[in-house]
Order: sequence, then structure tokens, then C-alpha cells
Amino acid sequence: MSFKIVVLAKQVPDTHNVGADAMNADGTVNRAALPTVFNPEDLKALEMALRVKDQMPDATVTVVTMGPPRAAEIIKDARMRGADDGFVLSDARFAGADTLATSYAISQAVKQLGKVDLIFGGRQAIDGDTAQVGPQVAEKLEIPQITYAEELIAVDSKEITIRRRLERGTEVVKAVMPVLVTVTSAGADCRFPNAHRMLRQAKDEVRMINADSIDADMERLGLKGSPTKVKKIENVVLAHKESVVLEPTEAALNELSATLIKEHIL
Amino acid sequence: MNFYTDNENLSFYLHHPEMEQVVAVKEKNYAEAGIHPEAPANAEEAVEQYDMVMRLLGDIAGDVIAPNAEEVDHVGPSLVDGHVEYAPGTRRNLDALIQSGLYGMALERKYNGLNFPRVVEVMAAEMIARADVGFATIWGLQDCAETIQHFASEELKDKYLPRIYQGATCSMDLTEPDAGSDLQSVRLKATWDEASNCWRLNGVKRFITNGDADLHLVLARSEEGTNDGRGLSYFVFDKADGGMTVRRIENKMGIKGSPTAELQFTNAPAQIVGERRLGLIKYVMSLMNGARLGVGAQSIGLCEAACREAEAYAASREQFGHAINQFVAVQDLLNQMRARTDGARSLMYETARYVDLSSSSKAASRVADILTPLVKLNASEFANRCAYDCIQVHGGSGFMKEYACERLYRDARILSIYEGTSQLQVVAAMKGIASGAYLKQIESYDARVAEGLATAPSAEMQHCLDVLRKATGLYSKLYDLAAAEGTTSERFEHSTRALTEVLSNIIMGYLLLLDSQRDARFMKSCRYFVRESIGQVSQHLAELENC
Repeated sequence: MSFKIVVLAKQVPDTHNVGADAMNADGTVNRAALPTVFNPEDLKALEMALRVKDQMPDATVTVVTMGPPRAAEIIKDARMRGADDGFVLSDARFAGADTLATSYAISQAVKQLGKVDLIFGGRQAIDGDTAQVGPQVAEKLEIPQITYAEELIAVDSKEITIRRRLERGTEVVKAVMPVLVTVTSAGADCRFPNAHRMLRQAKDEVRMINADSIDADMERLGLKGSPTKVKKIENVVLAHKESVVLEPTEAALNELSATLIKEHIL
Repeated sequence: MNFYTDNENLSFYLHHPEMEQVVAVKEKNYAEAGIHPEAPANAEEAVEQYDMVMRLLGDIAGDVIAPNAEEVDHVGPSLVDGHVEYAPGTRRNLDALIQSGLYGMALERKYNGLNFPRVVEVMAAEMIARADVGFATIWGLQDCAETIQHFASEELKDKYLPRIYQGATCSMDLTEPDAGSDLQSVRLKATWDEASNCWRLNGVKRFITNGDADLHLVLARSEEGTNDGRGLSYFVFDKADGGMTVRRIENKMGIKGSPTAELQFTNAPAQIVGERRLGLIKYVMSLMNGARLGVGAQSIGLCEAACREAEAYAASREQFGHAINQFVAVQDLLNQMRARTDGARSLMYETARYVDLSSSSKAASRVADILTPLVKLNASEFANRCAYDCIQVHGGSGFMKEYACERLYRDARILSIYEGTSQLQVVAAMKGIASGAYLKQIESYDARVAEGLATAPSAEMQHCLDVLRKATGLYSKLYDLAAAEGTTSERFEHSTRALTEVLSNIIMGYLLLLDSQRDARFMKSCRYFVRESIGQVSQHLAELENC
């Protein structure tokens, strides 16, 4: 049986190219006005998956995303870079999902793929920054997880060795398959698309999967399945509220340190 | 940054109306459609493919090659145990291009090529040169594979061409210590080795760009006792077979990332390409024309880089309370740089289209032959001028190593020298001047412009057309005066550069006028060449009439 790798990916607003019309008057995000990109850390995850495939040519890489039909763009992109397949979980019943409902839908979709050996995902998406979906998928699939991965050290059909980031340094960990790995921005840059794959796949359609196809409990999907309720969205402008001018003396610096410690900032 | 999407001129030429013909010829009327999974079924689909792949290459040029350029310029290649090691940045560039499947862009699909036309190939070269001219020389040498594709035996094609896709690098080994522009003097010896069933190469090659490449095309003397071009044949040598060492890497002024090497061949085994004795006469000339167009592309890439460096600096540098691009003297410099870039680019893509059509039309082949020296001459001279003006816009800062314009200035200098000096391009243009072929080509442009104006009249364009017609009339007068004592006279020879430059300006004026009929933004650059044409021809005429 071939080695099966899944990459969890998301199409996100391109926060480097935000125009003046990016926000609606009511403070909500005007998604239609935002260009979209492959979530940067998901691209790092894809590269790690493709490096596993480089070492195990029989392995298959399947990219899974959830979003509007337009999210097919990142599946096409992933295929041009070397992924074998992919699909979009796209259905109005998935809309409004928080991380709990999203991870449920994705984990149900992954279950439909049969035995999966490795799952990679970016640590977090730049539009939500929660870093929750990857770990929640691992929990729902009842498999171990390696978070904050930076480098693939070694892999074979049974084990994977990863260097992961800690608060003060890194550690190398080994896990037995199946395992889910979330990759940070320190991971290797994703390879460019391949011109021949581009030409061969330009016209290939991307599969759209709806809620009926993943054997899901409808109550756990979308807004209904999301305990997170957004009360209010505000524009926050960071500004100095108060400032202190210090003399460049040792005494003044000692006083500043003492104040910061006292106020539990340091 | 994407060097394709940030330059709308590239898409403009990719979507030129004549691309339909170009694609049909390249695709042999879509013979592979439905058979090969990458083959397009029509021109629209093909151009979409080119557009997609140019976006990919634009990403690599902008995000990989350009950021590496400065480091590569500083580090350069090194000589280790008789072989060249590229600078680390050069290796990263190659890896990105190979992994993206971009090598072998023009090769047939059966050799894992993309089967793209020359127009797209020069576009790729332009973008890569904008990022780093030195690296563009390494990339551009895959043209050697096309020589193998056109002239070598099926056996050699099957052996070598699939390796290009895998990233085998190439070199064109022509020059020797006593054979530079005069390639008929090549002495490197090729002798047939009956026992090994191969040729053996012995001798020295000098100034070889990318000299330690995987595959070499070597011009060598196969006919004992000869001393002219008819005794030379063309060989393919595989570095893996041994017998060649790099004696030194030249310490150059510019394109420092590109290893220019002196090579010693000692009983190196090689295979002949095509027929004996046709090495220089047929194969090198064919390769050289392609290489000249390639240097045109390098030059235009450098022009584009220089324009952008100058425009960005002039927009941000303030003096006397204003950005310096608000001053007319600086605006003039910037406008001239942009116009030269536009003119040379239009001429290059026009030429590339004719090169593509050459395989199905002798008439197209003749036009390609006369336009190619004009591309090489003008683009390389403009590149030098743009690099010079780019430093001028930067003022004192441009003289410092901190700014890219200093590197561009050094890199530009070789462009008007290698693959045939500017002076040799003038010699190459002489045949078309004497036969009236250029004038015939101008007549066809004139008819197309007039036809366009008949359906969409424009007073400004009509005025430009009138001035170009006047300049063409004066050119004929200039030619008559220069050739009054015959086309072999000293007077005529002294006038050849002037005649070539005047013709070039008129042709670029016409081409930009045709471009303007598709998109009015080219009018500004068109007016520059209209002025240059009439001004230059009048000046030369006055000189000839009075001296």
C-alpha cells in the first residue's frame, strides 16, 4: 500500500497587499476586495510533504482545503508544485465555522481517505492566527502531533524525525506514523511550480466536496457547530498613550528595570 | 517581485497579432494537439501557456536571481582542481530553474522540452538578464542544444538533448588566442581515432563563456593542411568523458558570475555535429545568429534594470526641495533611457517573430538575417548608454559600490563586444544596405502604418509617419552619396556605421508607430526615434555633402 500524505492548506487574504477598501464601514473584512494567497506557513508544510515524497517516490500528497470554490486556486498551485491531488471542502453548510467546526469537517474529510500516514499543515493562517486547527485535527483523528516543526531531519515509512522550535531553542523529536505535523515560517521555502506540470494540469478541474460526502454530523458543522461567537470587531490603532524620557545614566536604567519588574512586564 | 507581471510590455509582445502565425509554425499546425498532454490545440491556448510559464519565470527572476546578483558579482566562480565551481548564488539560480522544468524551453517535447518559440525564449532571457546579465549568459547557452537539435544525428540528439532538461549546462567553444573575430584562424585540432570510433580534440580555447559546462560545442580543424573556414568542423564534447581541463578563469570587469575560461583539450573524445567542413560556414553561423539575438535580449534586460534603478532613484532623491525627477534635465535622461529600451525591445521581438517564421518561409528568414545585426548593434549600444545614464541620474551616489548601477555599468560593457562586436554587426548589415533589403522592409512597415491610419486616423501619428518618410528619403540620398564611388570604396566604408544607425532609427520609429496603433503609450518613445531619425540623417548628409 502506498504511503499517503495529506497537507492541510488555506487560501487567505494577502495581507501584504491590502488596499483602502479592505475593510467595510461596519468594521468587517471586505473579502471580495482582497487578493488571496496560499497561506504562507501552509506552503512551508507543502514543501515538507514534498521532501518526504522526494525520498519516497511512491508516496502520494493530497492537499485538503476548506473554503469557497475560488480556493481551488491553491489546490491547482499545489499540484503544479508537486502535489498529486487535492480537493476543496466547499458547501454553504461549512460557512461561519470556527476552529472547532473547521477541524471537525477536515478530520471527517481526512477519514474518508482511508489510512493516512502523515498530515502536514502550517502552524497558523495569517487571517486568524489561532494555530488551533492543526492540533484539533490531530486530536479528532486520535493521532500524535508535532507542532512548531522547522526542519525534516529524516523519514522512512514508519518514523519521522523533526526539528521543532521551543521557547528558547529547538529540539529533535521522533514519532511513529501516523502523525500530524504543523510547520512554522522557519520551514524551508516551498519549491516553485514546475512548467511541465503547469501545462499538463492547466485544464484539470479541482474536486469540490460537500458536507454530504464526509459522513458528518451536520450539527457540528459551520456556524451551528461553532461555539465561538464574534461579539464585535474593532479597528485597533496602536499609539503611545504615555511616555517617559530617561536620562542616559545607569541610575535611570536601574529605576526603569525596577519599575518594569514591579509591574510584571519583565 | 515578478519581472513578468511588473512589466506590461512583455505581455504586450506576447499577445502580438502575429503570434498566431508564429505559434502555428512552431506547433507545425498543432500536429501534437491531443497526442501530447502539453501540446496546445490553438494559438490562444499556446499564448496562455507562454503567459503562465513567463509568470513562473518572472517569479524566479525577481525572487531568486535578482536577489542573488550582488553576492554572485562579489564572490564569482572559482577554479578547483582544474574545474569551475560556480558562486553559491549561481547554483541556487540554476537549481530553481532546473527544478521548475524551464531548461530546454525551445527543445521539442520528445526531448522534454517545452517547444516554445524564439519570441518566448528571448523574453525569458530578457527577464533573467534584468535580474543578472552574468547569469543570463549561462542560461542563454542552452541555445547550443538547438544547434544539436537542428544539425546533429538522431543518435546524438537522443543522447544529449534529454540532458538539457535535467540541467546540463552548455558552452560554445569558438575563440582561441589567435582566433577571435576571425574564426577562420581556429587551430584546435580534431583527428579521427579509428580504434575508439570517435574524434580526438587537442588544443586550447580561450575566453570561453561558461567554459566548464557539461556539454561543449567545439569548433575545430578537422581537415589537415587547411587554413581557412572550410577546414573547420563542429563537435560535441561531453565533459564527463574527460580530456579537458580549465587552465584559468579570467578576472573580468563585469558579468563576474559567468565563468570565462581558458580550456586545454588533450585527446578529448568528441562526436561530429552534422557534416565535416560545415562547422564555421553553416553551423556556427546559425548558432551565432541565435546568440546575437540572445545578446540583444541580455542588453534589453539590462536597459530595463537601468531604467528602473534610475526612475526609482530620481523619484526618491530630493534636491532643492523637489524630487530630482521634477527637473527637466533629469526627465530628459529618463525619457531617453526609456525610449531606447522601448525601441530596442520592439525591434528584438519583431526579429524574434521573423526567426520563428523562418522555418516555413525563406522570405522571413531573409528578414530575420538582416534584422539580427541591428538588434545586436542597437540593443548593446543602448545598454551601455542606459547604464551610463543610470549612473548620471544617481549623481555621486552612482559612482559608489552601494548602488546596483555600478554593477550594471560594468556588466553592460561586454555586450557590444562578445558574439560579434558592434563593428562586425555593421559589416553584417552591409549586405542588406547594399541590396536595398532594409528599404524594402521599411516599405512594408510604411504600408502597415498607413493602413492602420486609414481605419483609425491620428494627426500625431500621421505627422510621425510623414517625418519617417522624409527621413527615409534623406537616407536614400545619403546612401547615394556614400556609394557614389562604389560600395567597395573607402568613402562608403566610412559611411557604413552612419547608414546602419540611421536605418535602425527609422525602423525602430516605424515599429514603435505600429506598436502605438495597438497602444498609445508607445507614442512618447516613438517620437524620440522619429526625432533621432530625421536629426541623424540630416547631420550625416550635411557631413557627407560638405566633406
